[in-house]
Amino acid sequence: MTMHFRRKGENLYIYLSGELDENSVGGLRTDADRLIDENAGLSRAVFNLAGVKFMDSTGIGFLMGRYKKLKAYGMGMYLENPDAGADKILALSGVYTLMPKV
Amino acid sequence: MNEMCLKFLSRSENEIFARNAVAAFALPLNPSLSELSDVKTAVSEAVTNCIVHGYRGGEGWITVACRTEGSKLYIEVSDEGRGIENVEEALAPFYTTLPDEERSGMGFTIMQTFMTEFSVASKAGEGTKVTMCKDFGERAEINAG
Repeated sequence: MTMHFRRKGENLYIYLSGELDENSVGGLRTDADRLIDENAGLSRAVFNLAGVKFMDSTGIGFLMGRYKKLKAYGMGMYLENPDAGADKILALSGVYTLMPKV
Repeated sequence: MNEMCLKFLSRSENEIFARNAVAAFALPLNPSLSELSDVKTAVSEAVTNCIVHGYRGGEGWITVACRTEGSKLYIEVSDEGRGIENVEEALAPFYTTLPDEERSGMGFTIMQTFMTEFSVASKAGEGTKVTMCKDFGERAEINAG
């Protein structure tokens, strides 16, 4: 699992790639939280999932955790480009009501 | 009919191996990409449960047994861990025993939704066995109208 990011105006774009599961999520939490802390003044974070080739409910838990952290900073969270498999569990879990797909 | 059985330690690095092995075993049944993704996700959920809940991060054996019958793939994922006190409660969407660990509580709901058949048998202190079936023939029947 790799993560890189880009700032553009009020947006923090976070690009995830790899397989998002119990094994990969540990280090990713720390890295994503540090990135959010460093960009706490921005309006929103957009997670780009185009590179995520697999995701299970551990990935949903990861996204929920980041949502809560962003919310505490007053930042919105959005999701971009999930593949069909990720889209299916994101829709089933109802997380799009909290972090809309853009 | 074909069968296979995998037994591996409850380490999260084995999840990718388990779900990809089951997906590879299912290939002769000619699944669609979306069906294969459903199976991989369901296996990943079941194995995660063994690691996170069954053994609570400790080490133990996980067994994944698969069997094909016609257009159906049967999968059994079992551990010899703590077991589930109240299965009915555990099956409820968003229910989790580990809310502080960012658990979504969606694992069983995903298995039930993605697979054709699903059941779970568990006894506190003895372990848990999840039995699932995916029928790859459903698509053909729908197409046939």
